[in-house]
Amino acid sequence: MSDEEQSSGGQAPPPVPVVVEPTPEELEAARLAAIEAIDRDVAAELKRLSRRGFITAGVAAAAGIGAWEWLRTRPRDASLAWPLRRMLRTNESLAMAYFSRSRLSPTFARTRINNPARINGGLGLTQNYDPENWRLNIEGLASLTLDDIRSFPRQTMITELRCIEGWSIIVQWSGARLSDVMAKFPPPQLPRYVALETPGRGYYVGLDIESAMHPQTLLAYELNGAPLSWQHGAPLRLAIPVKYGIKNIKRIGTIRYTDVRPADYWAEQGYDWYAGH
Amino acid sequence: MKVLERKHSVAVRWFHWINFPLLAVMVWSGAMIYWANQVYLIKFSEPLWEKVNLAFRLAEGMAFHFFFMWFFAINGIAYVIYTIVSGAWRELLPNRRSFIEAMQVTLHDLHLRREAPPQGKFNAAQRIAYTAIIVMGFFSLVTGLAIYKPVQFSWLTWLFGGYQRARFFHFWLTVGYVVFFAVHIGQVIRTGWNNFRAMIIGVEVREVPGE
Repeated sequence: MSDEEQSSGGQAPPPVPVVVEPTPEELEAARLAAIEAIDRDVAAELKRLSRRGFITAGVAAAAGIGAWEWLRTRPRDASLAWPLRRMLRTNESLAMAYFSRSRLSPTFARTRINNPARINGGLGLTQNYDPENWRLNIEGLASLTLDDIRSFPRQTMITELRCIEGWSIIVQWSGARLSDVMAKFPPPQLPRYVALETPGRGYYVGLDIESAMHPQTLLAYELNGAPLSWQHGAPLRLAIPVKYGIKNIKRIGTIRYTDVRPADYWAEQGYDWYAGH
Repeated sequence: MKVLERKHSVAVRWFHWINFPLLAVMVWSGAMIYWANQVYLIKFSEPLWEKVNLAFRLAEGMAFHFFFMWFFAINGIAYVIYTIVSGAWRELLPNRRSFIEAMQVTLHDLHLRREAPPQGKFNAAQRIAYTAIIVMGFFSLVTGLAIYKPVQFSWLTWLFGGYQRARFFHFWLTVGYVVFFAVHIGQVIRTGWNNFRAMIIGVEVREVPGE
């Protein structure tokens, strides 16, 4: 009680309000009304959230479908929509930045060798080949016989040849390191790429210089202990386990050093140019 | 009386709906790659491959796979970081009761058991499924890397038992996603619109006794 009220002593007390107890029916009605009001609010809020959610979902779905259609319909760059091709180039830059010549492709025991080795791909093997007069032409620098190649330190390795189709075989290669041959016939300055072609250019591949200089990149003349058969690329082919099988070009006719990214047969068909492991 | 219950945060909804088409594209492009060498038990006839337009598209499949892998990985990693930072992992990770409860949930769902065990936001079977799918995603990324760069990451390839075995795991994980998807869709349909809508608008309507 406040002081003011105390000072007004003597007057009649204010009338006490009469409290009418609500009937159970009235209570129930009030309860239902309150629930109805809450449910109404919930329904309104649900409507608001639904509208917002489904509009966002619709816009996002439309944007996604639009982006997909855009991607699929871009002009082609070597058989691929250009954003796909550009991403392959980005992946390639990352892979080249991480690449190290000291990381080797795993080697295997003799017992793991697949013999006979699976034969796959005869591109470039039927044209302009004369076994008597075959030479490895290092463009502008040398013309080598098979004996010339054999005079380099012989390397033998048992590695996995991984085809871009998904299968792989374990084979034994013997040959000369491409880096040893390049050291003997060096370009004026270290090029960015090396191009390799079959005689008549029925098949051709391009390599980045780091992969070409890798110690397991061989100019191979033997497969599983025997000279290369013609289906395996006689007389000399590339064994390059840091790349997919497509880069392991058979029957090499020409090697060219270049700073211009060389054409590559399968890259032109939509495959990754780098194709590196 | 109805109440709105917050169910999925806006971040989780974006992660979920971004992942869905990305995973679909990864499976689709992966099928184009698998076409070239169907060695892991599942082998379809050539007319069937051609009918679904997945034949002779290896190069394209690889290009799509190596394009969308980044977005798939980034979205997945971001989701995992989010669940850790937000504490949502507490509702997602299975605990020591989950495996028994998951069996009870499964029996309940198959109408072989009357009561479902008590649950939080997700039941035990969901906890296991939603955690397993993240573990699978992690293994898809690392087995993928093992077959994408088997020389630079030869230790990883070795860890999975070699190139072909890594490829085998990578493939069967994909089959796992397809199975997960089928079960997931079935469960979502069974649970109803209110539950599905929550993955779009975030809230679920729940009936509670009015006081």
